[in-house]
Amino acid sequence: MSEVMDLPGDDEEFASGVVKKFMFVNRKAPHGSIYALEVLEMVLISAAFDQDVHLAFIDDGMYQIVKGQDPSGINQKNFSKTFRALDGYDIEKLYVEREGMEERGLTEDDFLVDVEVISQAEMAELMNGMDVVLSA
Amino acid sequence: MKFGILVNEGPYNHQAVDTAYQFAKAAIAKGHTVSRVFFYYDGVHNANKLLEAPQDERQIGKLWAEMAKEHGVDLVVCVAAGLRRGLKEETLAEGFRISGLGQLIEVGIQADRMMTFGD
Repeated sequence: MSEVMDLPGDDEEFASGVVKKFMFVNRKAPHGSIYALEVLEMVLISAAFDQDVHLAFIDDGMYQIVKGQDPSGINQKNFSKTFRALDGYDIEKLYVEREGMEERGLTEDDFLVDVEVISQAEMAELMNGMDVVLSA
Repeated sequence: MKFGILVNEGPYNHQAVDTAYQFAKAAIAKGHTVSRVFFYYDGVHNANKLLEAPQDERQIGKLWAEMAKEHGVDLVVCVAAGLRRGLKEETLAEGFRISGLGQLIEVGIQADRMMTFGD
């Protein structure tokens, strides 16, 4: 369990029978605004609905999953650890956009979770195949 | 078509909620259904009953409440995002209700199309 965020428990199961392809698109840096943290809260709740969940990291959003974060100096919680708990909720489809990664001087080894690095064109195609895309 | 709407920005400071409202209005006028509008991030501020814009300006909260009443649109404010920002039952405007993020995922599952308004 994560020490920094509330994760959904057994009491938050919802049965609809419908499984849709959800994609949460992370575009913002982890700190500086609350978008990243509150997207992660959406992702965690979606786990209780047994949906086919995908996470995309584009633009500065990929900084959310960079290793070795310590935002204590700016009085913020280090919620990056929560991403490591996602596989326990069967959320394992994480994608990083290659062009954005290279622009930022990052490599696959810089991330604290396993991700699939795909091109911008592939990301567009993947997104196009989703039923619900939520982003911030 | 059945639409779900997510509003991610607050009132007056940002165009998002106005565009969401205009979209919902146009969709309903065309015979579509807007089943739920979910207010998240600073979007929760749209549901504050203490909002009082100058009289010659649009009254955002009231516009939504009227739409909800006339067309059965479910206006849901995220409880966690609301608490962070001081929005709770005591400050909630008429026509809105407070509930969890599950309501967002649920409308995503039920609606034909999910629309996000915000940065």
